[in-house]
Amino acid sequence: MSDILALTAADAAEEIAMGRLSAEELFAAYRSRALADRDAGEAGLNCFTWVAESTPAPAPARPLAGVPLAVKDLFCTEGVPSQAGSRILEGYLPPYTATVVRSLADAGAPLLAKTNQDEFAMGSSTENSAYGPVRNPWDRGRVPGGSSGGSAAAVAAGLAPWALGTDTGGSIRQPAALCGIVGLKPTYGSVSRYGMIAFASSLDQAGPITRNVRDAALLLAHMVGHDPCDATSIQFPERVTLPHAERLDGIKLGVPAELSQDGIAPGVQRAFASALARAEELGAERHDVALPHAPHALSAYYVLAPAECSSNLARYDGVRYGMRAQDAEDLLSMYTRTRHDGFGPEVKRRVMLGTYALSSGYYDAYYGRAQRVRTKIAEDFRAAFEQVDFILTPTAPTIAFLLGEKTGDPLAMYLNDYCTVPMSLAGVPAISIPCGLSDGLPVGLQIAGPAFSENRLLEAAHALEMAFEFDGAPARV
Amino acid sequence: MSEPSPGAAPVAGGAIVAGVAAERSCEREWEAVIGLEIHVQLATATKMFCSCALSFGEPPNTHTCPVCLGLPGSLPVANARAVHFGLMIGLALGSELAPRSIFHRKNYFYPDLSKGYQISQYDEPLCRGGRLGEVRIHRVHLEEDAAKLIHVGASGRIHGSDASIVDFNRGGTPLAEIVTEPDLRTPEQAGEWLRLLRSTLRALGVSDVNMEEGSLRCDANISLRRACSEQLGVKTELKNMNSFRFIERGIRAEIERQREILQGGGEVVQETLHFDPDSHAITSLRSKEEAHDYRYFPEPDLVPVATDGAMLQAARESMSELPAERVERLHREYGLSAESARMLAFRGELGDYFEAALAAGCEPPPPAQALANWLTGETLARLGEGEDPGDSRVRPAALAELVGLVSAKRVSVGAARQVLDRLVSDGGDAAAIIEAEGLGAIEGGDALEAIVAAAIEANADAAQRVREGNAKAIGPIVGYVMRETKGRADGTEVARLINAALGA
Repeated sequence: MSDILALTAADAAEEIAMGRLSAEELFAAYRSRALADRDAGEAGLNCFTWVAESTPAPAPARPLAGVPLAVKDLFCTEGVPSQAGSRILEGYLPPYTATVVRSLADAGAPLLAKTNQDEFAMGSSTENSAYGPVRNPWDRGRVPGGSSGGSAAAVAAGLAPWALGTDTGGSIRQPAALCGIVGLKPTYGSVSRYGMIAFASSLDQAGPITRNVRDAALLLAHMVGHDPCDATSIQFPERVTLPHAERLDGIKLGVPAELSQDGIAPGVQRAFASALARAEELGAERHDVALPHAPHALSAYYVLAPAECSSNLARYDGVRYGMRAQDAEDLLSMYTRTRHDGFGPEVKRRVMLGTYALSSGYYDAYYGRAQRVRTKIAEDFRAAFEQVDFILTPTAPTIAFLLGEKTGDPLAMYLNDYCTVPMSLAGVPAISIPCGLSDGLPVGLQIAGPAFSENRLLEAAHALEMAFEFDGAPARV
Repeated sequence: MSEPSPGAAPVAGGAIVAGVAAERSCEREWEAVIGLEIHVQLATATKMFCSCALSFGEPPNTHTCPVCLGLPGSLPVANARAVHFGLMIGLALGSELAPRSIFHRKNYFYPDLSKGYQISQYDEPLCRGGRLGEVRIHRVHLEEDAAKLIHVGASGRIHGSDASIVDFNRGGTPLAEIVTEPDLRTPEQAGEWLRLLRSTLRALGVSDVNMEEGSLRCDANISLRRACSEQLGVKTELKNMNSFRFIERGIRAEIERQREILQGGGEVVQETLHFDPDSHAITSLRSKEEAHDYRYFPEPDLVPVATDGAMLQAARESMSELPAERVERLHREYGLSAESARMLAFRGELGDYFEAALAAGCEPPPPAQALANWLTGETLARLGEGEDPGDSRVRPAALAELVGLVSAKRVSVGAARQVLDRLVSDGGDAAAIIEAEGLGAIEGGDALEAIVAAAIEANADAAQRVREGNAKAIGPIVGYVMRETKGRADGTEVARLINAALGA
């Protein structure tokens, strides 16, 4: 095997199954790449928070054949640090493993490494991490997007064959776009959240971050399913299959003006326009659709997600696990100092916002109204999907931006999620695939479908991916 | 859209069901208005939102898991059995059962709360409305219990303790919270009504309802107003009363406290209070200004509880006869007094024993009221007031036989008491003991008349006084006869014979 690191995950699994590649050799190769990045410090990409200490023993044949998996830090992994990128969980070793990580390990994808992320998944650049920022492999001076920036950068740079991310308002799709790879946010409820350290429970969803669409389908196939430990999880209605489509004949593609024009960088608009043109060449019909409430999605999101986060993060008090402020005079000062020292500024901002939004006298004006907007947005999508099969938008309004460029301007940072948050609020699946370059950096195309349309979505994404012939090699230098 | 619950049978005959007829006298200067909030630990196998077994005094923190410890990433799943029990309670209280109810997060920060919020129900509870006895029910909802805090140090409370220890075994135990309307007026009424509620819950089998062990806990909302005024006064909430005695004492103490304030021209402050059962002291836990803002919002980790027809059917099929219904039936079917019927129905084990005794088919049959009296009086006095006679050596048939023989005057009351002593200590049959011990009644006739004559002779002074019209003086003469007959003579017959002999 000339370059085993160049294989996609699905191809590597096939090689192992055919006996032409050893799973241990593959694991060891990726492990040494990951260790090198970790040991490089500032000179590396800073993708990983933990790397496996050894190569797993040979296992009987399984569907994923032993292709190693990188997992975002916020998935609980038994006995392995799981800090969600936060100082407040320093030293925390969970006593259990997240359902989806366990399912994938059982299917033959052993844990290679834990990946860096924005603290508690709050951020769009992976600069809000207790482990320091992650760098974009296309340009080390730029961010990889976030919050699953470690997973995206690792897959783009060839430091992992594939990875798990989580998406609350775009945290899989946006970093996938900025790193020139594939990221899928499944239908809310199709993948168990048990063991995912929560940011905003009604929005959080795990999904694959991969080099191509086929890998995403293969990983997703072993992620979905009802989990008795997650009351919001649903049995996926069909088997997830590997996509083969190369044409889009008769497929109706909807383009919402609300998410494809104002605020989208010109270079991104150009790449988006040529992607649409390629889609029409493959036989798709292009339609204008309206998502009239989509422009309000971001506002609603930044009420609902912080509200849930303020409650989800209340448990971090320094008493039972994680970091505890030392030398506190009494219980109250131990609590306040632990939270003061343990949380970063963005987390504190959202806890404050959310606490305020839920407060007596403000609930209806903020949380209640945001929930009504959310309902309207879901209705918009339902109506649109009566007219078209899929909705297409740019994934992110810009290409990867410079490290530090937006850290002082939360609003500018939040606008990264402008195109992805509406799908999160509606709970529908959406995939980002690379569709071209702008200024030498990747641009992502977002394709969204109705709930549980993942198989059709992956087929369409596969056909477009074939047509785009995007070359991700520059990131894997 | 709530379905009325036909299975419920709140009994209208309140005077019989619960002796809580409100005293409303305009002459009393102040009237107390009392509402109760009762927390009932449900007797499910597992906790409300995880599969940990409920704990009964096991070593601390042995019945825990990532969910009830609130570990990062863990998620709750609602216990279907707890929902079933909640529906049964709703049916028993005549509540409307919501076709859809939702869980909310009640956010507050306290060391006994592993997640920083309690999962409870807020504006869409499982059950709304209803009535038990003369008290209207406001709502019934499900929630999880907090962990147990043990404060080490002199105060026994969190402030001023040297250390606080948390035991999460209790954390996540399913609770039903039952909230009444403010329909109670006196501490005694509150205690009496709570006993009715407890026996109702016990009959349903949904809880151990043991106040000392904390499976039944009660807070009281108390305010005073001018008698016959419709306007409610400022209320306080009295927390943490863990026995029936303390509840009545606590409410009484708080009514007195408020009465003194109001009579002195002061104003009651809305606050949450703690009653110390040892000192009877009432101290403030927090004022209205310090009241928590719980920031309720729908629990995103759970889906709404959709109560469907199958769940309602299952709840109805699990219902047994409720105490309120049983009071009515015992009164109607057996002609028992209201007091006896209440006692037998509220303490279901007594009712069960009573009905088993009647069903034994003894000859002569015991009259129902006499049987009830012997059971709740003589028998419990010997066994201990709180005991279950079903656990004793006295078989229901033996008690029925004894009471039947007493009523047929084939054994005297005094002798029957001796027989009961034997039944309590050794068990056995009443008739056999009477036979063996020679305790059968001495019939009127020569033998008894001879003893009466001897008694008169031995108590000449008393006899003279009886002749002179002092009926009470008969006592020593009767006593002599009873001693001589070892209590086997019928007291009424003895008195008749003495009076006849003395021409009184």
